[in-house]
Amino acid sequence: MGKIVELNRLTKSYGAVKAVDNVSFSIDENKIYGLLGRNGAGKTTIMHMITAQLFATGGELKVFGDTPYENNRVLNQICFIKESQKYPDVYRIIDVLNTSASFFPNWDHEYALSLAGDFRLPLKRRMKKLSRGMLSSVGIIIGLASRAPLTIFDEPYLGLDAVARSLFYDRLIEDYSQHPRTVILSTHLIDEVSSILEHVLIIDSGTLLIDEEAEALRGRAFTLAGPKASVESFTAGKEVIHREPFGSFVTATVMGNWNAAERKQAEALGLELAPVSLQQLVIYLTNGKAQRKAVEV
Amino acid sequence: MAFLMDDSRPIFIQIAERIEDDIIEGLLPEESQVLSTNQFAAFYKINPATAAKGVNMLVDEGILYKKRGIGMFVAEGARAKVMEKRKEQFFEEYVVSMVREAKKLGISVEQLTEMIRRGDNE
Repeated sequence: MGKIVELNRLTKSYGAVKAVDNVSFSIDENKIYGLLGRNGAGKTTIMHMITAQLFATGGELKVFGDTPYENNRVLNQICFIKESQKYPDVYRIIDVLNTSASFFPNWDHEYALSLAGDFRLPLKRRMKKLSRGMLSSVGIIIGLASRAPLTIFDEPYLGLDAVARSLFYDRLIEDYSQHPRTVILSTHLIDEVSSILEHVLIIDSGTLLIDEEAEALRGRAFTLAGPKASVESFTAGKEVIHREPFGSFVTATVMGNWNAAERKQAEALGLELAPVSLQQLVIYLTNGKAQRKAVEV
Repeated sequence: MAFLMDDSRPIFIQIAERIEDDIIEGLLPEESQVLSTNQFAAFYKINPATAAKGVNMLVDEGILYKKRGIGMFVAEGARAKVMEKRKEQFFEEYVVSMVREAKKLGISVEQLTEMIRRGDNE
């Protein structure tokens, strides 16, 4: 499978502040990626560099094999939906959709109109009269109907209710199945999207913490609880990402590929084992307490 | 949105388990067609590649097989294979932990057997 985005030690500094610090990863063709991390972690800065809206201050960036800046061949293949997209004041929804049709080579206008129906958008209403949720819906429709080889959604659902979000996930899976392409979803709602992600990138404080298949991360971490001494003897030499004392008890969350023998050993020690969800894992890794170094790819 | 999936275990394994359950319960008889990867993806709201991974695991185990251009089908002898696999798991997951808990409570093997008999009559 081809790599369509390659970051090599990419850095973006603002004076002494490094918003993105030496980040290296690549994005394969036709996969759905989750770009996860806390506010201010550097996710949006990375997406802005990939889409040529910001210059890097160091490192290398290739998109579709080339540098993206002022490169029409590259930018034609990208659709970037950001949370704060501005539209001309006089535009109605239908104008925005018609204009998008001329931007994106793979645009499917019929599909866009049917999505507008699904999201119950009044096509003739002015953009500036739309609610926050409706604006987000317009962004989602553009992202889906553009069928761009690289589609990036940056927090696409401000103000969207649960029904509309669920509709977005449904349509995304359907359309992706029919028209495979690369999608990057940047979001806080990890529990909601985790099952549709194929690959997960976790960014914290400008550095890359995790670059791994979503399926490999599920079941990767375990929380164990029990008497302090037993927990400590079991976790010795393992990567503990979270630890919480509770009287003479301790719960500890441990990373690692667990084999059946280790689980049995834990159970035999009288430790309780509980699996950790992807969302919980991200919280533990990015709450500032875990000591994890950036992954070298 | 993974209302049916448990996010703390690999989803492809859960997909494979659902198909196996249907085979055991007779909902998917041998030589019947299994839902397509895209149908699984849409129904469970999961990534199609993940659904495919679950289906392919069962193909590797000889439980499903592929008819080119048509789809996936339940193989002959699949039910027996799944039952065998599940019995192994049953021992590991239930029996071993039950015996451990019984020991903790001072229940002898005889008492445990008696309890199982009682449970069977309930």
